[in-house]
Amino acid sequence: MSATAELIHRPEGSDGGSQLGHLATGELDLSHGVALYLENITVSFDGFRALNKLNLAIDDGELRCIIGPNGAGKTTMMDVITGKTRPDRGKAFFGQTIDLTRLTEAEIAHAGIGRKFQKPTIFEQHTVFENLELAMKADKRVWKTLFAWLSGEQRDRIADTLRQIRLDREADRPAGLLSHGQKQWLEIGMLLVQEPKLLLLDEPVAGMTDDETMRTAELFVSLAGKHSLVVVEHDMAFVEKLGGKVTVLHEGSVLAEGSLATVQNDQRVIEVYLGR
Amino acid sequence: MRKPLIIRILSALDRKAWLALGIFLALALVAVPALHLLVPEGSPFHVSTYAITLVGKIMCYALVAVAMDLIWGFGGILSLGHGLFFALGGYAFGMYLMRQIGTDGSYGAALPDFMIFLDWKELPWFWLGSDSFGWAAFLALALPAVVAFVFGYFAFRSRIKGVYFSIITQALTYAAMLLFFRNETGFGGNNGFTDFKRILGYSITAPETRLVLFGLTALALAATLVLARWLVTSRFGRVLAAIRDAESRVMFIGYNPLWYKLAIWTLSAVLCGIAGALYVPQVGIINPSEMSPGNSIEIAIWVAVGGRGTLIGPVIGAFVVNLAKSWFTVSFPEYWLFFLGLLFIVVTLMLPHGLVGLWKQFVAKRAAARGAAPALVAKGASA
Repeated sequence: MSATAELIHRPEGSDGGSQLGHLATGELDLSHGVALYLENITVSFDGFRALNKLNLAIDDGELRCIIGPNGAGKTTMMDVITGKTRPDRGKAFFGQTIDLTRLTEAEIAHAGIGRKFQKPTIFEQHTVFENLELAMKADKRVWKTLFAWLSGEQRDRIADTLRQIRLDREADRPAGLLSHGQKQWLEIGMLLVQEPKLLLLDEPVAGMTDDETMRTAELFVSLAGKHSLVVVEHDMAFVEKLGGKVTVLHEGSVLAEGSLATVQNDQRVIEVYLGR
Repeated sequence: MRKPLIIRILSALDRKAWLALGIFLALALVAVPALHLLVPEGSPFHVSTYAITLVGKIMCYALVAVAMDLIWGFGGILSLGHGLFFALGGYAFGMYLMRQIGTDGSYGAALPDFMIFLDWKELPWFWLGSDSFGWAAFLALALPAVVAFVFGYFAFRSRIKGVYFSIITQALTYAAMLLFFRNETGFGGNNGFTDFKRILGYSITAPETRLVLFGLTALALAATLVLARWLVTSRFGRVLAAIRDAESRVMFIGYNPLWYKLAIWTLSAVLCGIAGALYVPQVGIINPSEMSPGNSIEIAIWVAVGGRGTLIGPVIGAFVVNLAKSWFTVSFPEYWLFFLGLLFIVVTLMLPHGLVGLWKQFVAKRAAARGAAPALVAKGASA
């Protein structure tokens, strides 16, 4: 069935007419304080176990860093959460009610999970302002988009976000002319205007200068609380600056969890990183 | 505050564009009729029937070019089958013109001549209602729309893109041409429809009828330009351009590209249908050669020559190429295709933004030259 038809024939008891353009089934329920819950997730590619009985719980408003050597399953985990990859076994819940293993990528995006990929993808021909306008939470069906008009409130939101990502002076420039770090920020801004509850950020500071990296850390820390953040990163100075709980993945499951200092002193983690 | 839609559509064009559009309409609706009807034929100011037919025809092509620019320049989808939608509009309206011949055909029968020739006794079912102007006008819009929607739905849903899409559209128009070539298909075979006599009871060759058709074509072209400008400056247009540049990202922020592509694709086909319906009564013939693959490629060349993604460029391109064509095919008929090929190569290699791009470059250079002079003076003063 087409997406439009699904929107029109929305089953009763699903997310109501108030959140137009949203395809999610079931309301997001964070009442128990858990934003994301993964239980025994297993994903195999041709016999290779990318994820092996992975368990992970992210609290509402938490800022969590995920580290681990290459091939530990970090990106596969993000793929499972965003619906790009289906797990062979296990449960993946967003809040109490939303079963991520049953939704499509677009539905998960609408439900409130935003993802930033490793390589920044923005609309280079559009201005910075227009990039945010397009990403902004709205009814995104053709007919509504055709007659869409920015309200004063929405303009303010975009202006706020522009200040937050420090691009307010670049608003009318084509996004393609931004520096690499600014493009990363713009993509983060595009996530923010979608108003997601949970942000997944895959190596967000890759290619940034030290100064930009530190400012990004400040931004993320300021976002925690209102949003839950899951950050995959290799840059330990950045992880330290974020200050949240750290999860170490290895061979598809959790090896250690705790503060950065705790995991850095964990013998198994040292072995994994330094080799046996 | 939310502005009424009409204001938003009107404000899609700036003052200069409205002025240009006004001058164009004044020429087409007032000056040309006056110069044709009131100025005697010997005078150098007389506008001949030949000129009116030629320009009327090219305006239809220009409309197709704008439709092509919407889908190619802004949607990034190169269709090499737009001739099909143009021909479908032409055939749909041509059916009505065939019925208007009445009993004045060579056989003096109520049925169109080619049906008598095939020894058919009555109209096939799909000719029902073809004696009604309203039905024919409706079909000219609906037929291209339905064909485009069904074809586009399956093509876009299967995520067929780029050169594969272009090749399939070529095959589509070619297959349709072969179908229409058959006499049994019921549209006059390779002769198509011709020898029209009347439209709405008026003689089709009368100067007044020609001028009305000419004026309507000019109005349709102007309205299409306004509509297209509004579309590409709306958020819809920005989503479309975003799909062109980074489709997966668009999906990820919650838009479904299928419906956006399908909407602009179907609209583009409908605009071609309108152009075809206006073309047939002015030119007086429609046959399957309009669906030949070469015709559809030529549409893409008009757009490329004028400058894709500019809307006005395709109009200029349609005029330049077709005026050159009508001169070439009279003076050096055997060289036209060589010239067309050469033109395409030159534009692709040297003018990626077409004639409009060339003009913009020229303006920018002049502005830079003018801007540089005061800067030098300022530098000198500070030193």
